[in-house]
Amino acid sequence: MTEINIVKDAVKKHGRKRESLMPVLQEIVKQENYLSEERLMEIAKEFDLSSAEVYGVATFYSFLPVKPMGENVIKVCQTIVCDMKGKEAVLDAIKDKLNIVPGQTSADGKFSLMAVNCIGQCSNAPAMLVNDKPYINLTYENVVKIIDEYQS
Amino acid sequence: MVIDIKEKERKVNSHKKRVNLIFKEHDIDKLIEKVLKTEPEKIIDEIKDSGLRGRGGAGFPTWIKLKGAREAKSDIKYVVCNADEGEPGTFKDREIIEKKAEKILAGMMAVAKAIGAKEGIIYLRAEYNYLIDGLQKKIDVFNKKLEDMKFDFTVFIKSGSGAYVCGEETSLLESLEGKRGEARNKPPYPAQEGYLGKPTVINNVETLVYAALIMLDGAECFKKLGTMSSKGAKVFSVSGDTDIPGIYEIEMGMTLKEFAELFGDSNTKAVQVGGASGFCVPRSKFEETVIGFEGVPTGGSMMLFSDKRSMYNILHNYLEFFVEESCGQCTPCRVGCQQLLKGIESIKAKEKSKKYIDELLELAKNMKITAKCGLGQSVCNPFISIVENFREEIVY
Ligand SMILES: Cc1cc2nc3c(=O)[nH]c(=O)nc-3n(C[C@H](O)[C@H](O)[C@H](O)COP(=O)(O)O)c2cc1C
Ligand code: SF4
Ligand code: FES
Repeated sequence: MTEINIVKDAVKKHGRKRESLMPVLQEIVKQENYLSEERLMEIAKEFDLSSAEVYGVATFYSFLPVKPMGENVIKVCQTIVCDMKGKEAVLDAIKDKLNIVPGQTSADGKFSLMAVNCIGQCSNAPAMLVNDKPYINLTYENVVKIIDEYQS
Repeated sequence: MVIDIKEKERKVNSHKKRVNLIFKEHDIDKLIEKVLKTEPEKIIDEIKDSGLRGRGGAGFPTWIKLKGAREAKSDIKYVVCNADEGEPGTFKDREIIEKKAEKILAGMMAVAKAIGAKEGIIYLRAEYNYLIDGLQKKIDVFNKKLEDMKFDFTVFIKSGSGAYVCGEETSLLESLEGKRGEARNKPPYPAQEGYLGKPTVINNVETLVYAALIMLDGAECFKKLGTMSSKGAKVFSVSGDTDIPGIYEIEMGMTLKEFAELFGDSNTKAVQVGGASGFCVPRSKFEETVIGFEGVPTGGSMMLFSDKRSMYNILHNYLEFFVEESCGQCTPCRVGCQQLLKGIESIKAKEKSKKYIDELLELAKNMKITAKCGLGQSVCNPFISIVENFREEIVY
């Protein structure tokens, strides 16, 4: 029952003026990890916009996915400092543990992996975010441990 | 090795150009009261006198924006704090938000008073979402304080969603308005027509903190530091091949030679000043290069590269970054970034002759003139500075 109201709830919380569109989209992603076609259409209706317009906004932003994502989203920084400091080891650890490469979701639907640009943790590179939480000074070993924690 | 690092830190921290303004303890209540008592014109005059220029990268004199927005006729005006911090190698705004958010808010209040704004928005990049709870608590206290003092100004947070271009001020406004973050044409400038078409002053996190400190201690404390065209100090984000990466507040006008002596070593091959969209300076030019608006400007990103790094890989990584982050709105940038990336790849694969690099240099120069916003216009900075200084590494 609550599920049906998720868009309406978000609109109640943030408003339905155009400038509330991003907060509403962000809210849905927070709860469902992505923006499904139905949600996009519901949102369009609430805001009195065409669904193409809402889709256009969502697809502009890399953190507003329109394809299903895993329960946890791992965002590994691929930008220069992390690249120099061992981003490959981070991706290797994830590949070995979860058998996914950037752009993929694990078979059990628990993890999605994204390669993202600089996340502002460069003095402790390489770095990644799991959901919103930053992890720094990564090595193959500690990435394995971090994933273990999320798996248990 | 450990001793070495300690010694390096000691050297940096005792350097005569090392300062501590931003992260120092300050009496925030006194600061707020001071702003409350200062007349709008006086705020603008003080900031003008200080010589403060934007710390987000472009270095625009802060007082001119304030004056513009003050003179713009409108009942509704906005202050926006640009906390999108997406430039590769930059992380100083994050640290300021974590440790000194009250000063950012006081700076926003000073701007609000100067221009007559009642609402302030902090546009925080999604990568810093984990800071929202802490920041919101401080904002609540601050908003309440102003309410008690009967000063009509309220601050909100809005989150980004992972787009570098939204750090560009007009893209940021589009994003705030719930649209695709595609840059607008300028003019009109935000000071005339900004958020929801209303006069808006957009400032970087660090700029706002300096504005607050100038309010508290007067212009003199700021302008006595730095050089003629680059007054004051700046917070640098130091990363890459250095034993002591981190955040350092340093007086403007240091040469790269001094900088590399402090943060690098005899193997430092180059320093990328200003992030991926900035300039790559080779060791041979360290001595003549001043860090500042008269030399190489920077939003704070300083990435050191040692001689074991391949400049091809570095340039390749930057170009991949630009290809991904180009909003695709204008052709020179959308196609240009892709062609530059493909271009250096095909020279490396020997599908194109070495001479092709000169065509790519021309293309980069053209992008500077024809691209719509700062993203596409600045791709030539790293491209030209790397290709010209390290040609042999890009074209074998
Ligand atoms: C592609 C691009 C990204 C930018 N990103 C940021 C940013 O993350 N933070 C910032 O303060 N300014 C950024 N800027 C500069 C802003 O457009 C604007 O000049 C700045 O926020 C003005 O504030 P200031 O005068 O205090 O520096 C960016 C500019 C461009 C072209
Ligand atoms: S220069 Fe690039 S980022 Fe800027 S408007 Fe054009 S395509 Fe978009
Ligand atoms: S380059 Fe990876 S966090 Fe900045």
